[in-house]
Amino acid sequence: MDDLSDMKLSRRDLLISGAAAATSAAIPGAALAQAQGAGAAAPQPVNPPPTMAKTTLRVNGQRRELTLDTRTSLLDALREHIKLSGTKKGCDQGQCGACTVIVNGRRINSCLSLAIMHDGDEITTIEGLGTPDKLHPMQAAFVKHDGYQCGYCTPGQICSAVATLDEIRQGIPSHVSADLNVKPLLSVDEIRERMSGNICRCGAYSNILDAITEVGGIKA
Amino acid sequence: MKAFTYEKARTPADAAAAAERHPGSRFIAGGTNLLDLMKLEIEAPPHLIDVNGLKLDRIEPLDNGGLRVGALVRNTDLAADPRVRRDYGVLARALLAGASAQLRNKATTAGNLLQRTRCPYFYDTNLPCNKRVPGSGCSAIGGYTRNHAIVGQSEACIATHPSDMAVAMQLLDAGVETVRANGSTRVIPIADFYRLPGNTPHIENTLQSGELITSVVLPRPLGGAHFYRKVRDRASYAFALVSVAAVVQRDGSGRVALGGVAHKPWRVPAADAAMPRGAGATVDTLLAGAKTTSENAYKVPLVRRTLEAVLVDAKKG
Repeated sequence: MDDLSDMKLSRRDLLISGAAAATSAAIPGAALAQAQGAGAAAPQPVNPPPTMAKTTLRVNGQRRELTLDTRTSLLDALREHIKLSGTKKGCDQGQCGACTVIVNGRRINSCLSLAIMHDGDEITTIEGLGTPDKLHPMQAAFVKHDGYQCGYCTPGQICSAVATLDEIRQGIPSHVSADLNVKPLLSVDEIRERMSGNICRCGAYSNILDAITEVGGIKA
Repeated sequence: MKAFTYEKARTPADAAAAAERHPGSRFIAGGTNLLDLMKLEIEAPPHLIDVNGLKLDRIEPLDNGGLRVGALVRNTDLAADPRVRRDYGVLARALLAGASAQLRNKATTAGNLLQRTRCPYFYDTNLPCNKRVPGSGCSAIGGYTRNHAIVGQSEACIATHPSDMAVAMQLLDAGVETVRANGSTRVIPIADFYRLPGNTPHIENTLQSGELITSVVLPRPLGGAHFYRKVRDRASYAFALVSVAAVVQRDGSGRVALGGVAHKPWRVPAADAAMPRGAGATVDTLLAGAKTTSENAYKVPLVRRTLEAVLVDAKKG
């Protein structure tokens, strides 16, 4: 704490240096390119123009042809372009799990993936698991056990929970599997560990666990 | 994020050649670390080379009893492979101790080796960082250092390497197979793969510009009991404060490597030789010359106690 206060920056100084950093934001990349790239002396434009690319996703069984800025995350493609806003943007850094979707049978953080890298992939979002008239058993169990409070993390929790039970059935081990050479147990400890990538700011964890436990057929 | 152009490479040599054609470009596989850094413009490649189509996603047995792990094998698949679970338990355990299931489903073997540090000053673009902007200074020195290196650090950088998997790879003497832009291939022993920060902390490994990792080779199994013990602030989904990877044989001999203490996975051959004499002697050798701050001095006894716990478990068989 003492060390940081040695900087003696006023709030005004901080704002000025922040602005300077913003205007020179291209420098780190250019410096790295020079350090690591062979003959990388060619200066990069400060703000290169956007590049557009075509990609075709299969989302919840429907084919979606998109022309996107290459920077578009899978999350933004789903929410902003396909208008499926069930998948949520929490941290946008792969830390909270709110954006979890199932791609080719595997759950991933859609915020840390470029849409153009999913050409031809099968993507299942919360909208594809069930509908209000015909809920997926995991959705029904979340309702029954009150597995949420504000609900923002819920689509990610449910996609992750469905994949968790699949992964245990497939025999994929986890950090808490006692013996790596036998099939992992369908247990509360296994579910808790496997769901650690989904954060719930309201702290509905015990009810979430009850919902998954019930769908998994584990006796509490 | 800065705009970039994008291509899908068809062969490893094609990818390496593309990297040479596009200075400053990056290979992208899982993207779980690179995209994170691109959002913050800590990385701003003008061109991305998608290597996911290179068919480097197989795990093959070798004639010498080892395994060749394709660069694109996902962390989930590597940890779940029956041969890895049976013969390289330390590697499976290290992989499963890292990140979340969602991230392990995307993260690749080669990408995991190339993870950048999670030093908060590297991520804070308003502060100097020699790793992010060479020559700008180190904000961690004199800053909050609880998570920083205690061995091998320099005046320019005290960041740690974040990977769990790489600690197990170091323990197992893995080899990193690569292809260069001219099509030539080589194997880099993992002991020679990572660099200490010195005056150039932005150069983290011995790969050349455009050089692509194609696979990681595991030597034949070591036998013995395998351990990866990770100590962290939460029970799951957190980077290591310290971690201990060890293979212990029945006679008490073995190998040990550490995570969370240095700019690279930390292994000292002389420390392996000290293992029959116990955790104290081993850690004295491993962490000889350690330089700690009041905030990270706890790592020295924590490493010793963690190794002691591993050796107790090893005796239980």
